[in-house]
Amino acid sequence: MSLKIHHLLGLEGVSADDIRLILDTAVSFKEILARKIPKVPTLRGTTVANLFYEPSTRTRFSFELAEKRLSADTINFTTSGSSVAKGESLKDTVWNIEAMKIDIVVIRHSASGAPHYLATCCKSTVINAGDGAHEHPTQGLLDMYTMREKYGKLQGLKVVIVGDIKHSRVARSNIWGLLTMGAKVAVCGPPTLLPVEMEKFGVEVHDDLDEALRGADIVNILRLQKERQKTGLLPSLREYSRYYGITRDRLDLLNDNFTIMHPGPMNRGVEISSEVAEGPYSVILPQVTNGVAVRMAVLYLLSGGKGKVDEE
Amino acid sequence: MKNDMVLAGGKIVDPATGYFGPATVFISDGKIEKVEKRKKSKIAGGNVIKLDGKIICPGFIDMHVHLREPGDEDEETIISGSEAAAAGGFTSIACMPNTKPPLDDAGAIEYVNNRALLAPVKVYPVGAVTVGQKGDTLTEMMEMSACGAVAFSDDGSGVQNNDMMRRALEYSKTCGVPVISHCEYSDLTASGVMHEGFISSKLGMKGIPAIAEELMVMREIMLASLTGARVHIAHVSTAGSVDLIRKAKKSKVPVTAEVTPHHFSMTDELINSFDTNLKVNPPLRTKNDVDAVIKGLADGAIDCVASDHAPHSIEDKELEFDYAPFGLIGLETALGLVITKLINEKILTWVEVVDRMSAAPARILDIPGGILNEGEPADITVIDPELEWIVNPNDFKSLSRNTPFAGWQLKGKAVMTIVDGNIVYSLI
Repeated sequence: MSLKIHHLLGLEGVSADDIRLILDTAVSFKEILARKIPKVPTLRGTTVANLFYEPSTRTRFSFELAEKRLSADTINFTTSGSSVAKGESLKDTVWNIEAMKIDIVVIRHSASGAPHYLATCCKSTVINAGDGAHEHPTQGLLDMYTMREKYGKLQGLKVVIVGDIKHSRVARSNIWGLLTMGAKVAVCGPPTLLPVEMEKFGVEVHDDLDEALRGADIVNILRLQKERQKTGLLPSLREYSRYYGITRDRLDLLNDNFTIMHPGPMNRGVEISSEVAEGPYSVILPQVTNGVAVRMAVLYLLSGGKGKVDEE
Repeated sequence: MKNDMVLAGGKIVDPATGYFGPATVFISDGKIEKVEKRKKSKIAGGNVIKLDGKIICPGFIDMHVHLREPGDEDEETIISGSEAAAAGGFTSIACMPNTKPPLDDAGAIEYVNNRALLAPVKVYPVGAVTVGQKGDTLTEMMEMSACGAVAFSDDGSGVQNNDMMRRALEYSKTCGVPVISHCEYSDLTASGVMHEGFISSKLGMKGIPAIAEELMVMREIMLASLTGARVHIAHVSTAGSVDLIRKAKKSKVPVTAEVTPHHFSMTDELINSFDTNLKVNPPLRTKNDVDAVIKGLADGAIDCVASDHAPHSIEDKELEFDYAPFGLIGLETALGLVITKLINEKILTWVEVVDRMSAAPARILDIPGGILNEGEPADITVIDPELEWIVNPNDFKSLSRNTPFAGWQLKGKAVMTIVDGNIVYSLI
């Protein structure tokens, strides 16, 4: 089997077959990562450009590590601020890098749709590493991988995403992926941090945390950017923390065998208490580990790899 | 007697009498000499143009155009924009003052008048409401009006300060010309790039809510009612705005309004493609809004169609959606869209279209147009209603190419544009 998609721009519209293939393939790569020499020659000769137009540490490290574990050659381009401010357009930057013969572009950008625009004007395979508040498909995939690893399935799980849904690309990718795989999704946050017409995504929408948590299997807690308070969307971090922060006493509302997730980086004491972050039900660090395996699977499959990992 | 030009064999549209039928139009000395409303006329000679199957209309008027001169002559000039207008079937255009520098004094208005001397169509400048369009100080409206400004507008941003807008309306009464309002409270739209709704939520883009427009439409209506001055609402885009204007007209408030072809033919769903040519302000709205503006055009809540022709260079538009400027060009597609979307869909009749695109803007701006009567300037648009064509930006006379309509198949096109008896554009 091979993927139907040619770029990974988002999870909206990606078929269940493609998602399943990526998750299944990631299982093999996770096994490889556990070996003494966690490296395979699968992408030898393939060159990947990591274009990070927005600060990132974990996603950039995770992609870079995934590329190195596959023996791909990598180049990194990191800049803050818009390409406009820099004086060269995104198209010209990528055309220049492409002129050096690369195969895959991994792009993180503060503007929604930047990877989609790139896919229309360059020849390389494009992987979205997060665009504005739009999508972060590899995060959505690694979250689903982590859920499936624990529950053995995604179908029928009830997932609650809590926090700043409006500005979250993680939330959107999770929603599309999980709905496609047959999970139930609810979102919860103060109305000022919920996008308009949220119900049309096909999710439950709550502004009362206890109501949202009741009967859920998984809570995916989003980072609260502290500037939201400065821009008038929240009265105070204190009130946010009191009404939307996940603390130990809230967890009784969840189903048995519940799971706590967070894409990081965490603001302990704001959206999540330290006790919850470090509880036995927390899979926050396995998420990070799985991220490398999932990104290896994405890189491998988009390079034309078939379902079975070539071990040589 | 020999005529300079005779248009024979076509049908004419005369919104003054509601006549839509065969006629011969005789033109002399740049004016309409006579119109014979019957199938065959005796023609003494002269330059006879056979227009069988064509429709002869009073010249179309686009009251909302950005010509970018002075300041951005790489994007459009008064001449290139006028050529685009002629090719689109317009005989008169009104140009907005948000140039660099803005048209905010009599000298600037004279500059446009002088540059337009060689333009193929009539160019009517609109002056700024406030100096530099900054919203602080009223412009010298009386002097600008005396030099030919046909309206005042801070189009592009809108007058944010309520007291300033009230004073502007009061003062504009000295000139008897309308104030054209770009309705947008900028504190409600800060950094928004598209309509706030499900699609913006999905794409994670900052939204421009309908309420930002509607609140200001409501303000303008109340201020027009208070001051008795005429307000014209530019590019109405939401169902709520249409309702407010319809109600205001019932109460005899002196308000008029326009809608653009893109707001009646496209929705925000297209932005799933991230095509920056769809980035426009006010933004493309929802199906419900499209239906409402079309209904408003049909029932008269909205007076006219205007293109909001807004040229931008390729490099300005070939960017991430967030960074591209707002605006699209419309002079050369407006008429095709009106015929395809409104006439061919049986929403408006030919008589109504000529009202919305010629008679109504002429009334609002108090300029000649909208009638084919003896003695009137021979400003005429000839249309081939059957001509099917595909929009190809490379064919445009405009210096810019930022159209979202490339590749659209349209039916109906201007095939001849006549200004003061001179053929300024012809496909015949």
